[in-house]
Amino acid sequence: MEKLGLIELHHLTKRFGGHRKTPPVLALDDLSLQVPAGCLYGLLGPNGAGKTTAMRILCTLLTPDGGEVRVGGHDALADPRTVRRLLGYVAQDVAIDKILTGRELLRLQADLYHLRPAEAEIRLKELIALLAMEDWIDRRCGTYSGGMRRRLDLAAGLLHRPSVLVLDEPTVGLDIESRNAIWEVLRLLRDSGTTILLSSHYLEEVDALADRLAIVDSGRVIAEGTPQHLKQSLGGDRITLRVREFSTDEEAGRVRDLLQACPSVRHVVVNRAQGCSLNLVVEDERAVEAIRASLTAADFPIFALASSRPSLDDVYLQTTGRTLMDAELAVMGQRDPKEERKQQMR
Amino acid sequence: MTSANPSLSPLPMETAAGSSLFAELTQETLALTRRLFVQLLRRPSTLVAGVLQPLIWLLLFGALFANAPSGLLPGGESYGRFFGAGVIVFTAFSAALNAGLPVMFDREFGFLNRLLVAPLRSRSSIVLASVLYILSLSLLQSMAIILVAGLLGYGWPGVAGLLLVLLTLTLLVFAVTALSLGLAFALPGHIEMIAVIFVVNLPLLFASTALAPLSFMPSWLAWLASVNPLTFAIEPIRAAYNGKGFLDAVVLQAPYGSLNGATCLLILFVLALALFLIVRPLLDRKLQ
Repeated sequence: MEKLGLIELHHLTKRFGGHRKTPPVLALDDLSLQVPAGCLYGLLGPNGAGKTTAMRILCTLLTPDGGEVRVGGHDALADPRTVRRLLGYVAQDVAIDKILTGRELLRLQADLYHLRPAEAEIRLKELIALLAMEDWIDRRCGTYSGGMRRRLDLAAGLLHRPSVLVLDEPTVGLDIESRNAIWEVLRLLRDSGTTILLSSHYLEEVDALADRLAIVDSGRVIAEGTPQHLKQSLGGDRITLRVREFSTDEEAGRVRDLLQACPSVRHVVVNRAQGCSLNLVVEDERAVEAIRASLTAADFPIFALASSRPSLDDVYLQTTGRTLMDAELAVMGQRDPKEERKQQMR
Repeated sequence: MTSANPSLSPLPMETAAGSSLFAELTQETLALTRRLFVQLLRRPSTLVAGVLQPLIWLLLFGALFANAPSGLLPGGESYGRFFGAGVIVFTAFSAALNAGLPVMFDREFGFLNRLLVAPLRSRSSIVLASVLYILSLSLLQSMAIILVAGLLGYGWPGVAGLLLVLLTLTLLVFAVTALSLGLAFALPGHIEMIAVIFVVNLPLLFASTALAPLSFMPSWLAWLASVNPLTFAIEPIRAAYNGKGFLDAVVLQAPYGSLNGATCLLILFVLALALFLIVRPLLDRKLQ
């Protein structure tokens, strides 16, 4: 049973398009990933990094151009049916039949996974209680809010007790309450032995939930490990400094030159997007005192001075050279949602 | 953490597998068919429109020639009676032509993906569910029209005749459903699908013997009508209504020769089979 949850993706490549005027897009570029059984694993990356493509390949909805996919030792390309039985997939765009009630949709799903009717009813009861769906499960799906839909979809993915649960951005656009409810269930599932692969472009989500994570960028894994390990490997502390609420470029430049001379300061960057605040990487917390002293000596005021341990955002910044936010903004204009919808159509 | 919650722990493979191939195929096909019927019952407009439209045809078009000189039609038939067979076939044909629409919507909204990640025994279940649904829907609508036509005095085929009518309609529905499902996977979206249905529907009706006998038509149109699948369905049904020998009597004097009822049915059967064989590779490719 332990082995059933093991996920292995080996050297996946996938290209999209490439007909007519558009050049092909390399969605996956030699992506390899290994998720140990029973692990809650996070895939972190900006929109368009290839997370969804990798998950759709894992769930046998797409065939890769190259590479190998194994779940619990079963080859997903050669024996997709066995893998489909092991997997529960909660997609990003939840397609539900608006005219069915939640309960009818779950029953349909139970039949598609060949649960015996008595077994299915027991499962339905358990999941309806677990995800607190009693009040609205007999209403038509068309009336559900985003949080309800996501919970219904999670229940649908869990009906057949999968060894592996794959969730594509499960909490995107959800209110805090629904998000916490989903997090709680995911933790319970992990503790009961289910392997969970979850994609997110929320740093906090991956940091709070995942045992291990991979940072995906431009279709490849660029960093992998436990959140703790990845952050520690960066070393140093982060300091954010503002001498005034809004400094001029020129003033910030002078402060930078001043602080760069401090022996315990490794690196200073002026962040123009944040009112010319300064982002520093320092050896350890003692550097704060040295900075305070040299600022006072040079007659600069201090509006804000905060120090923190490295975050996953810093890890992302270090490996890709840009923040996750910048990466999001960069791809936003380039993607064509209509074209992507077509690619997902069968 | 060992708070293993029994409702959450994954199930070992061995217990998940097990039941027989046939039982699982039946389970998934019935579940998918049931979904289509629930949709129909909660959104009955397709059902209502599907009966209403041929009914209007029957009432208005049937009355159009009420005062036509007697003996206009070969055999001295009344026009309403002549036209009844055409309307029955047209009802089944229109319903079957729409067979692919639910599938197209499932493709567009991504519901199909939900079906494709499930460990279906065979993905033909998805196609089979549509065929079962459309077959029962179109036969239901046709039965309604047959009953109404009977009440209006346009004739009644008798029990044996009724069975022949249903058999003929079944063959036609199979053929047209295959075509429609093929279109549902070949075309990019429902707009294109509706456009094709729109363009195909009426011309096929006009270029058949539904509205007028071959003897009324110029020879080029008679030729067209004599190779139109609708004609091969209409003529045996018309013969059944007229109480002729159903299968062995000549029902169609086509420019290329005379056909009896059995030959018409055979042609429909071959057509249905051929269309399924042609469409199958496409369905297989899309459903992998």
